[in-house]
Amino acid sequence: MSQQIPISVNVNGTLYERAVEPRLLLSDFLRHELELTGTHVGCEHGVCGACTVLLDGDAVRSCLLFAVQVDGHGLVTVEGLAPDASSDRLHPLQEAFREAHGLQCGFCTPGFLMTLVAFLEENPHPSEREIREVISGHLCRCTGYQSIVEATKIAARRSA
Amino acid sequence: MKPAPFEYYRPETVDEALGLLAEHGSGAKLLAGGQSLVPTMNFRLAQPAVLIDLNALAELEHIEPDGDALRIGAMTRQRQVERSALVAERAPLLHEAVPFIGHPQIRNRGTIGGSIAHADPAAELPVVMLARRARLHVRNRRDARSIPVDEFFTGLFATALGPEEILVDIELPAVPPSTGWAFDEVARRHGDFALVGAAAVVTLDDSGRCRDVRLVFSSVGDGPVLAHEAARQLEGEIPDDAAVRAAAGAAAERDVDPPSDIHASAAYRRQLVRVIGTRVLARAVERARNGSVS
Repeated sequence: MSQQIPISVNVNGTLYERAVEPRLLLSDFLRHELELTGTHVGCEHGVCGACTVLLDGDAVRSCLLFAVQVDGHGLVTVEGLAPDASSDRLHPLQEAFREAHGLQCGFCTPGFLMTLVAFLEENPHPSEREIREVISGHLCRCTGYQSIVEATKIAARRSA
Repeated sequence: MKPAPFEYYRPETVDEALGLLAEHGSGAKLLAGGQSLVPTMNFRLAQPAVLIDLNALAELEHIEPDGDALRIGAMTRQRQVERSALVAERAPLLHEAVPFIGHPQIRNRGTIGGSIAHADPAAELPVVMLARRARLHVRNRRDARSIPVDEFFTGLFATALGPEEILVDIELPAVPPSTGWAFDEVARRHGDFALVGAAAVVTLDDSGRCRDVRLVFSSVGDGPVLAHEAARQLEGEIPDDAAVRAAAGAAAERDVDPPSDIHASAAYRRQLVRVIGTRVLARAVERARNGSVS
């Protein structure tokens, strides 16, 4: 019964080739097979948003995809946001989160960042209402969301 | 919270998918966007022996005109539907309803056909299909047929799809002139399951009377619920404020039998049917007077 399927997937610019059991969730593939533990696993049923990654540029829940499904596709995880892994520089949105205290415990943060990066790309000058709507698919139990909204506004203003 | 083991197939053509479905029978499940199926597999509420992944079927991903009608392939992502200028022009009711589905991350994966075939009573798309008199085109290995939406939803998470059939195409017929539309819903937070959702499509005749009324609700029955009594009351009448309120009241009293659960009591849902029903009917009438299409 243990079918193993070869897949090849580009994550943050690196091509990985692995053989996976079909039932392996993409979230677990990233964390356990590729050791990219920046993608967090909260609810595992598509509610909390912590495991959000970019699949071919679109924000998706990695707990609602099987790793076999991303064969031949491209992913970006939170590890892929900073422009240069060897320096301390962060992505402008990450900088804004730091400045505005957009995180406390940080568990939900990778998911928020991935959704908001894709969102700001498509809508560089969002209204507060639009920001609140797009983050409605994410749970944060520390910040009360206000500082996440503020961080997003700061990032949007800077990109102007 | 990990899915039970299953065998995985990713067919490249609809014919191949239909062959696999026929071969594996009731142990097989079709995987479309997976935004409802995968959570139930993670909880092991669903433990299919075989998963047939439809995501490589490019032939089922399209939005195109068909005469005056609109055809949407079943594997078209909800996000593509939301962004389509053609949908906004020819099916504005659908355009208005899609942003209510889950969150953008869900709509990026979720498909129009997956949601219709899943037939969740709280879902938006079945409501829109029923309001818009869609035709659902389905295939098995030998035949193709099209099912009028009035015969499609048959119960709780149940449809008229046969065990060897796949929903391939959704057809939204053209609507007559002087037709208006509206969708609205109430949820605890944006993107949560609707406590009650409603769609209305109203066509007026030359004298401003209702010629045709479709009022449909979510989350008040086993599937999308068509409000027959409300429509019967309005048809042939001038839809002024009092008539619209009375029709929504009739829907609340006689057309729906809402459940009580942890999210809302039956009495509250009935009240929402009255309020949202009035709201969507009034907006649909206004748009019909302004000469919109649905």
